[in-house]
Amino acid sequence: MSLLAVEDLSVEFRTRRGVARVLDRVSLGIERGQTLGVVGESGCGKSVTALAMLRLIASPPGRITGGRVHFDGRDLLALSEDEMRQVRGNRVSMIFQEPMTSLNPAYTVGDQIAESVRLHQGLTRREAIERAAQMLDAVSIPDPARRVHEYPHQFSGGMRQRVMIAMALACQPDLLVADEPTTALDVTVQAQIFDLISELREKTGTAVMLITHDMGAVAEMTDRVAVMYAGHVVESAAVADVLREPLHPYTRGLIACAPGARTVAPGQLLDEIPGTVPSLVERGAGCLFAERCAHVQPRCRAELPPHSEPAPGRTVMCWLHTQ
Amino acid sequence: MQRTLVTVLRRLALAVGLVLAVLAVNFTLIHAAPGDPALVIAGEMGGADEATMATIRKTYGLDRPLHEQFFTYLGKSVRGDLGTSYTYNRPVIDLILGRLGPTVLLVLTALLCAIVIGTGLGVLASRRPDSFGSGVVTVFSLVGYAMPVFWTGILLVILFGKVWPVMPIAGMRDVRAFGAGPWQAALDVAHHLVLPAATLAIVYLAQYSRLSRASMLEVLGSDYIRTARAKGLSDAVVTFKHALRNALMPIVTIAGLQFGNLISGAVLVETVFSWPGLGTLALDAILGRDYPTLLGVLTFSAILVIVANLITDLSYRWIDPRLRGR
Amino acid sequence: MSTEALSPWREAWRVFSSNKAAVLGLLMLAVVAATMVFGPGLYGVSAFDIAGAPFTAPFTDPKLWLGTDYLGRDVLAGVLIGGRATVLVGLSAAAVAVTIGVTIGALAGYFGGWVDLALSRVTELFQVLPALLFAMVLVTLFRPSLTVVVFAIGVVAWTGTARLARAEFLRLTHLEFANAARALGAGHLRLMLREILPNALPPLIVSATLIVGAAILFEAGLSFLGLSDPNVMSWGLMIGSNRRNILECWWAVTFPGAMIFATVLAVSLIGDGLNDALNPKLHLR
Repeated sequence: MSLLAVEDLSVEFRTRRGVARVLDRVSLGIERGQTLGVVGESGCGKSVTALAMLRLIASPPGRITGGRVHFDGRDLLALSEDEMRQVRGNRVSMIFQEPMTSLNPAYTVGDQIAESVRLHQGLTRREAIERAAQMLDAVSIPDPARRVHEYPHQFSGGMRQRVMIAMALACQPDLLVADEPTTALDVTVQAQIFDLISELREKTGTAVMLITHDMGAVAEMTDRVAVMYAGHVVESAAVADVLREPLHPYTRGLIACAPGARTVAPGQLLDEIPGTVPSLVERGAGCLFAERCAHVQPRCRAELPPHSEPAPGRTVMCWLHTQ
Repeated sequence: MQRTLVTVLRRLALAVGLVLAVLAVNFTLIHAAPGDPALVIAGEMGGADEATMATIRKTYGLDRPLHEQFFTYLGKSVRGDLGTSYTYNRPVIDLILGRLGPTVLLVLTALLCAIVIGTGLGVLASRRPDSFGSGVVTVFSLVGYAMPVFWTGILLVILFGKVWPVMPIAGMRDVRAFGAGPWQAALDVAHHLVLPAATLAIVYLAQYSRLSRASMLEVLGSDYIRTARAKGLSDAVVTFKHALRNALMPIVTIAGLQFGNLISGAVLVETVFSWPGLGTLALDAILGRDYPTLLGVLTFSAILVIVANLITDLSYRWIDPRLRGR
Repeated sequence: MSTEALSPWREAWRVFSSNKAAVLGLLMLAVVAATMVFGPGLYGVSAFDIAGAPFTAPFTDPKLWLGTDYLGRDVLAGVLIGGRATVLVGLSAAAVAVTIGVTIGALAGYFGGWVDLALSRVTELFQVLPALLFAMVLVTLFRPSLTVVVFAIGVVAWTGTARLARAEFLRLTHLEFANAARALGAGHLRLMLREILPNALPPLIVSATLIVGAAILFEAGLSFLGLSDPNVMSWGLMIGSNRRNILECWWAVTFPGAMIFATVLAVSLIGDGLNDALNPKLHLR
């Protein structure tokens, strides 16, 4: 049984211009110890998927309108709020894009790491601070015994992301969700953080869901990949298969603009694939990628393509591959 | 640690400088006012005869050059000699120290109520920003601000004096409570304190509830709150531990900035409720043309504000560690 | 309809006029203004004259709708005319305060360095002097008259504006457009008045509105204490002079107070509306 299986997850946001369907029947899965890359342009719904899985969507304006999130045999969407809190930060933890603002400026990093451990593992304050120091050591922060008593503003951006990782892994979760963990960091630091995540994953056996816009990072880090576009998973498969033979035209575009580099800026993708992401409020009947697609057929504009399975363990959502 | 000490000392030095500046303002006022400064110092209706005037001219060196007069005045003030009230025939400093306690009690009670209740209301409102309750807080804050504080007080006096007489509407003590035990005396003062403190608190309650609502809304949208939720913390811990502490910053800033206004409000409230504080002393001094007492009250209330600002400044460092060592 | 062609001020008016609370404030203010401008003339009773028996309750005598105070003066007459002094003093004092505040804040923010340091210290000094007490001292030392009251309030109410103006000038002085004007040889005065001030106006206008409200409350407070011109009837004075008799004639203090309340409420509603309309960063919700 998969560790995580998201099935037909749908999320809507109320906006001034109407209701935006931000996720439309998203399905993806992660096996124990595996790494899944979720890749796509900004606004494609990849972060919302992660937040919705943990039921962290602000409501209002957001709302989960359907689907299931099976985690370790339970549907997270059916849990009570209390049960859900025992999953967050304990079985599934998360790190975010902005290390500069993701830590509370009013508390020491030790307190913030210890808070998780005390909550989920019932350690005493002293034990928890000790664990926090061990975790800082594990994420290669020098002089952890001293730095555990320092405040976030005394750390650089890369160091803060290390603290976030330490915090996320302190309870030895089954799944780590990393939402664009390196986007806000310098190029050299990005590589260090990726290396750290890989290293810790091997050591602890934690499964990782890596959310990124960077195909290069996916190629290097992950076992499987799910490509998202405008709230849909348009293709999912083993990374090697996708790199060898991308099926969806959008995936092809993504790979074409990331020639082995992990340093593509977010805006650059948009330049390479013509056109922009369509409005999620006024969805047409057809494929949402049709306007930007080089292989567009009349059918694409009329009807949304189904998810087909051209090979075992591989799905794609495109009329080119339905036969 | 040492850096903190240096900052504290620097702040203290600035505070002392401000006190001296306030004294300089007093001195300027005495000399800028139309008429004889000696008369100003004596107080016009204090019944100062020629002999008293001559003594005043001599003690304050009013025949000397202005800068010498200034240092004489400064020297006397710093030693606690703020002159003599010829209305009461007592040193001004004694009069003021006798009235300081009631004013501080009134102001601090009102401020504490306003901050605690106001912040509480703001926090509640911020959790459901579009709800009916949140709208009530907004309306309440507008209404509370627009009510003249003395009018609020008078309405309460009418209410509790005429309609529902369960609260004393004037003074600080009941004659019947004299000679009672310390607990009963304290209870009596507390009973008298209810209406004045509530009157003064309402204005600020309104402002703090509004401010804390806005501040909480901003903080609740920040990244570290998302982090805290993702850790599995309960709503209460997220709100009160992670959000509130950061949302307190603007509240403390405003509390510090408004302490002067609070004292101004206290003058009016004391007048309405005949509360024996600095405000009523100042008003009596005005009616009696007792200028030394009036200026003494001004100096002391400025010192209160300076002390309040000092406390505000130091509490920043507790709330926001980024400011430590600055 | 094209929205791009709208000037920022037109756009601000559009936002303002779509704000129900702000429009309500504007209406309330119009009613209050009409009352005090036309009311006394139409009613024709002097607020100082004895019009009937003291302590006449309101709605009992058809000639004295709002009753009489402890001296037998017509409360309605006072309510109608009492706003003139209050609002006049409030507006003038706010003008004085804003002028002082903007000047000091602008100089501090524009020149920076020791000018800023010195002016900031002066601002701090005025911030620690409790405004009402300081105004009480000024009025007492220099004799109560409307002019003295205006200056007393103006002198104590400017510090907030100064802080705001300083921050705005500090921010704007080194922006592109100011540098460009400087390169073209604009002098200090021209730069400050013609280039920077217009850009700093929106927040300053909002702050000025709030000061008008505060100054009205302030005038009312001074009059209540009996420290304004005793020969000019005002709402605060009505409340103050009936203070000793409030339990016998609640109407003589309640109605003028309600007028002050309505006026200040109207001004703050307008201020809030202006804030939403002129400070676009708050539009994100």
